[in-house]
Amino acid sequence: MSDKQLCWRNRILVALALFFIILICENTGLIARTVGESNALIAELILFLIPYLIAGYDVIAKAARNLAHGHALDESFLMTVATLGAFALVLFPHTEPHMAEGAAVMLFYQVGELFQSYAVGKSRKSIAAMMDIAPEYANVMRNGELVQVDPYEVEPGDSIVVKPGERIPLDGIVLDGESQVNTAALTGESVPRTARPDDEVISGCVNLTGMLTVRVTKPYEDSTVNRILELVENAAEKKARTESFITRFARYYTPIVVGLAVALAILPPLTIGIATATLGDGQLWADWILRGLTFLVVSCPCALVISVPLSFFGGIGGASRKGILVKGSNYLEALAKADTVVFDKTGTLTDGTFSVTALQAEGATTEAELIDLAAHAEAYSNHPIAASVRRSFTDTYEGVIDHERITQVEEVSGHGVRAVVDEKTVLVGNDKLLSSHSIEPPRTELVGTVLHVAVDGTYIGTIVIADVVKEDARAAIAALRNAGVTTTVMLTGDREDVARAVSADLGLDQFYAELLPADKVMQVERLMEARAGNDKGNLAFVGDGINDAPVLTRADIGIAMGAMGSDAAIEAADIVLMDDRPSQIATAMRIARKTMAIVRQNIVFALGVKFAVLILAAFGIANMWMAVFADVGVAVLAILNAMRTMRS
Amino acid sequence: MKRSFKLQDLDCANCAAKMESAINQLPAVNKATISFMTQKLVLDADVADANALDAVIAEAQAICSSIEPDCKIVH
Repeated sequence: MSDKQLCWRNRILVALALFFIILICENTGLIARTVGESNALIAELILFLIPYLIAGYDVIAKAARNLAHGHALDESFLMTVATLGAFALVLFPHTEPHMAEGAAVMLFYQVGELFQSYAVGKSRKSIAAMMDIAPEYANVMRNGELVQVDPYEVEPGDSIVVKPGERIPLDGIVLDGESQVNTAALTGESVPRTARPDDEVISGCVNLTGMLTVRVTKPYEDSTVNRILELVENAAEKKARTESFITRFARYYTPIVVGLAVALAILPPLTIGIATATLGDGQLWADWILRGLTFLVVSCPCALVISVPLSFFGGIGGASRKGILVKGSNYLEALAKADTVVFDKTGTLTDGTFSVTALQAEGATTEAELIDLAAHAEAYSNHPIAASVRRSFTDTYEGVIDHERITQVEEVSGHGVRAVVDEKTVLVGNDKLLSSHSIEPPRTELVGTVLHVAVDGTYIGTIVIADVVKEDARAAIAALRNAGVTTTVMLTGDREDVARAVSADLGLDQFYAELLPADKVMQVERLMEARAGNDKGNLAFVGDGINDAPVLTRADIGIAMGAMGSDAAIEAADIVLMDDRPSQIATAMRIARKTMAIVRQNIVFALGVKFAVLILAAFGIANMWMAVFADVGVAVLAILNAMRTMRS
Repeated sequence: MKRSFKLQDLDCANCAAKMESAINQLPAVNKATISFMTQKLVLDADVADANALDAVIAEAQAICSSIEPDCKIVH
């Protein structure tokens, strides 16, 4: 609590203590016995005014000030009128006094206000702490000496030193050193990454174990950490429809309730009084005026106005802690309503790097021999497929390419390679290559790029190279279904059979293959059109942001993944996933739905209780105690509920 | 010209909403948004130079003070 809040709290505690002492004295008849029955009412009025003023003098002062500015429908003014009105009822002779209620309403109103201020401050702080990823300084070599400078002063090309325990201040490439880097603050992923020379490192991550020398590649303004901070800061600007609705609702709610309060205090006693000729009956007036005052207590829409933005804010904050950056409350709202998720295949559902997925050795040949010969035949090729064969040989089979064994190499463009390895003629390539050497390879059912291998005119086996489906892609699709997504679609520029295999493997509903980048936009538009009219769900598109920026902008919600360092993606997307696990989409969706559920609960609960109390008060059933609960109690509960969004 | 300001001592969510709609009524203002949670005012105003902007900020400050007396726009 801040000093201001502490002071406020102490004042309320003193007032509460006094209030209860006076209440006990009143109820036990102590006051009446001390000052005499005839003076008791005046004594109680003065006594109850003491805690009332201690707790609420600032509210009264504010009410007066706002009235001077012409803001009569301000909550402090309404609360002041309601409470002073309750006190003033004592002026009606021979009626039941309501002074305790007047004082209590002010006290509980202040308790609620203090709690609100505390809760809001706390959630503001916890979001700020979550976003505490800004580096304070960078260590730069200047004139042979290591000096600490502001990250803004470092230019691309400068070398910086990041010591263990320090935050990496700017994006760059490791020149020297090896270390573990914790990316949790950015990605939510708790397993540290290894950074070696030539690896890219991202600002905002924490260097854990070793000293790193990093060559800066971007100025601080464009570094990942600064972009993230700007993005989260600006998220509050884009308000959700629910938020604007509540603000608009609040504008009408207060004047209407106040109008009803005035009508309730005047019209019924006037009509009843005229009809029954009891216009001079104090009890009649006091009763209806009290009902009107009870209305005033419930006239502030605070619980709603505060809890809705707080829920969204918490949801965005909680998501950012998991490496999911949401650019505005409106996108969180839209994502909660998404029922169709369209994926770009490469880089989103699959790794985007080709690797050997199957080896089929024929006859006496072993898989190791097969890959050994293929890797040597492809040793000099620059083709990405050759590179993945070599990588499989060196990484999976721990082989070493011995260039002495290769005596002759000839690349047959579009077909493959013909090489002499160990003085044997090795052919590595597609059907056409083998056919041209009069070898008929067997047909294979495997999906991907197929490489046949033949030695001295004899077929010895097949190597299949394919884009690998990400580890958690299947789980991610299942999780999306659980979260309420009805249709999953994959778009790809890849071949039909590859797309079919991936789609079947992951259990997707539809796929569209062999699309050019421009076709993807058209396909998404067609999907959106086809769905128009029949339901109100949204379409989300997930891409890696490299060449699908137009699609990201076109979809109801554009989600870019693996976006660390990709400016175009951060720019075009509505939701940015910092790492490239597809399961993050389901996480984002869960957070969005939870946030919206909490928002809805709060709206229904707050309005329900308020309307109930208004109706009961109109019939004289609800008293001021219930009204103050409907105002303050509901606000407190709604805020506590809203704060749940931060823990996701 | 689009600028963002911190709002000090913005304590009441309903007041923030009222300030926002009142600032949006100012003739020079294209769009103003107040976020109660981040205590920020983003002001997009149709002004030629910094002096004109200052004038708009002064008007906005007057609105804020009239609704919540302690609330200050921090430059």
